Amino acid sequence: MAETAERLPAKTVLRQLQDRIAQDAWDAKNRGEKVGWCASNFPQEITTAMGIPVVYPENMGAAVGAKGGGRRMCEHAEGLGYSGDLCSYSRINFAYADLRSCPEQEIPFPDFLLCCNNICSCMMKWYENLALELDIPLILIDIPHLDAMECDGDRVKYIRAQFDDCIRQLEELTGKKMDYGELRRVMEVSQRSSRAWLRAVGYMSRTPSPFSGFDIFNNMAVACVGRGTVEAAEAFEALADEYEALAQEGKSSFKGEEKYRILFEGIACWANLRFTYKALQSRGINLTASVYGPAFSFLYGSLDELMAAYALVPNSNCFERELELRVTQALDNRVDGAVFHVNRSCKRWSSNIYELERQFRAKTGLPTVTFDGDQSDPRCFSEAQYETRVEALTEIMEENKARKGAADRV
Amino acid sequence: MSELQELLRTCREIASHPGKACRRAAAAGRKLVGVMPYFCPEELVYAAGMLPVGLWGADMQASLSRRYYPSFICSLLHTALELGLRGELDMLSAVMIPNSCDSLKGMAANWKYGVGDRIPVVSVSYAQNRRIPAGEEFTLSQWRKILRQLEELGGEAVSPEAVRAAVAVYDRNRSALLRFTELAGQHPELVTPGDRCAVLKAGYFMDRAEHSALAERINALLESAPASCWEGLRLVTTGILADAPALLDILEENRIAVAADQVACESVPLRYLTPETEDPLLGMARRLGTVEGCSVLYDPGKQRGRQLIELVRDSGADGVLWLMTKFCDPEEYDYVPVKRMLDEAGIPLLCVETDRQTANYEQARSAVEAFAEILRETKN
Repeated sequence: MAETAERLPAKTVLRQLQDRIAQDAWDAKNRGEKVGWCASNFPQEITTAMGIPVVYPENMGAAVGAKGGGRRMCEHAEGLGYSGDLCSYSRINFAYADLRSCPEQEIPFPDFLLCCNNICSCMMKWYENLALELDIPLILIDIPHLDAMECDGDRVKYIRAQFDDCIRQLEELTGKKMDYGELRRVMEVSQRSSRAWLRAVGYMSRTPSPFSGFDIFNNMAVACVGRGTVEAAEAFEALADEYEALAQEGKSSFKGEEKYRILFEGIACWANLRFTYKALQSRGINLTASVYGPAFSFLYGSLDELMAAYALVPNSNCFERELELRVTQALDNRVDGAVFHVNRSCKRWSSNIYELERQFRAKTGLPTVTFDGDQSDPRCFSEAQYETRVEALTEIMEENKARKGAADRV
Repeated sequence: MSELQELLRTCREIASHPGKACRRAAAAGRKLVGVMPYFCPEELVYAAGMLPVGLWGADMQASLSRRYYPSFICSLLHTALELGLRGELDMLSAVMIPNSCDSLKGMAANWKYGVGDRIPVVSVSYAQNRRIPAGEEFTLSQWRKILRQLEELGGEAVSPEAVRAAVAVYDRNRSALLRFTELAGQHPELVTPGDRCAVLKAGYFMDRAEHSALAERINALLESAPASCWEGLRLVTTGILADAPALLDILEENRIAVAADQVACESVPLRYLTPETEDPLLGMARRLGTVEGCSVLYDPGKQRGRQLIELVRDSGADGVLWLMTKFCDPEEYDYVPVKRMLDEAGIPLLCVETDRQTANYEQARSAVEAFAEILRETKN
């Protein structure tokens, strides 16, 4: 079996691993174990080390959006009284909590909730409502938004106390004890996964990039839910090896010639993924920079550094650090332009998006465009607007290339 | 005009022309610090000899702010930023900006790069897990950091005695205003919804010691007034803002009184006094741990709903009016479970969407009139 698995492409292994993690949660639920719903950037080291099964409503929201159920589920939540202006992942989740079924994807119902507000404050309100609706315990690890480039000692101390508190509460809730030796092992494995993930996405800097950048959106689910497992670490290492081999041969899995390279800013429009991809791919535009690279890589050497790592996730940083992340990605990966998604669902991501775009443009000298969309509610996305903006960006990138070509010839 | 009417008119004047009051204070040589919602440690500004000024936006059309915020961010933040961008807040020496919600998290950078260095930002963080010792300690660490920044801004060290004195000024003000809200609820024939709002709002642009004196005199006059023979309706209001003049007029025209409120810019911060501690900053941090009923603070059991039900019962109100600030995530999340709690308690609820940029509340008028009619029928 192991030999067969080795021969499978890494992306297939990752997909199978994602399915297995989901199945494990169902199996645990069916065995009578307690299962949690968990925020995507909650410190997974805790639950992985304690062997507590958790599933991720945000991932479900993305999957339901991608499979065409976003509008129906969002509208159901709006029927319950939720405003259409709220995060579509949360609306899909409220609809699922009410309907208890969803043809596109289902996750086992939770016995407790694990919330972390490092990516947004709306997470906290969303989970408060779930806790009340489902009448189950809620544990919050509050990670205050950073107001400086680094995470200070006061924050680390506060997060650490909540981390320890969370372990105590989970021990009581599930009857499972934390083995701190296992926690250290999971931390090491998570580092291994993170390094491999970073190595894999790092090959986007090659010309041509050995893969289509939209693959990141498919592969990041495991980076989110399974990075504490040896299987994930091995799969990401295999993925990085595959990309390396392609890069060495100058080959790419991107369909067609890579004429232009861009940074794509923001969450994917899952409900319009194919359209957003095709509009770029058909023009020879490959996504070679995204904040999702660093988003799911948590590098740390100690428990205190782990606390800081969870405060340094995208959307938790101060503006200057967020900008630096994008500019570094763009310059390292030599992009020709950038597309900024003004995501109707995400007030955190959108509240600085215009300034981010302006300063990105000023610091890199690259052309940029914005478009209006949503992560899982297709009603907020206009194909015509997206197409027009991408067309405009392509024209500028083309002109820049022609100018550069002429200058090089002189 | 009676003394009461005169005092209420003074409050209305200050509340509707905050710039005038602020410029007067600045002209007298006092430094002003803008304070954005929610729960900034404004006592520290006061202790440093400066005047905290509430920045809850303004009823106006925002245009410059659209360069920074998308249209689906609440008008409170759009218009607060707009005022800064237009130079209308240039009398401020700094602005305190907390990160209490996702839209506010973007404000510090939008302000810094839009308004610029002429009004520097003091960032405010506090714990959401505010009742655990580590949360209290984190909030305390932030209050200490902010105090150091304010000392630098004010040019001199601030003693613990000065902080204690400032806390006393604020607690006195909270008590006076809370008493005022009770008395206003008992005397709708003397205090209209607009008057009530003005008394509470004026405090954001005045020295709190002066404001307390004003409120206490109003309270004394209301306490000596003959018992009310109000036959109109009485509602408890809830939300972030409740100061849209057009909407308050609609309530008055429909003989609807505000019996009590659970509004973030009105009574929510008034209900909690500062515990006595050796280090007054610790008392301030501990006080935040006691605050309930606000959508931007972690509220796992939705105490807000329970608190609203108690407010309705204690004040004998006929129902609840939810003033929903458009595009406010925390409020929109709270609405569904809290509405259910009110429904289960048999308390009628009307939700009206409000927006700083809305000039016309005619749609709200129809909704309020219909709601009032139903309530009157039920009453009779």
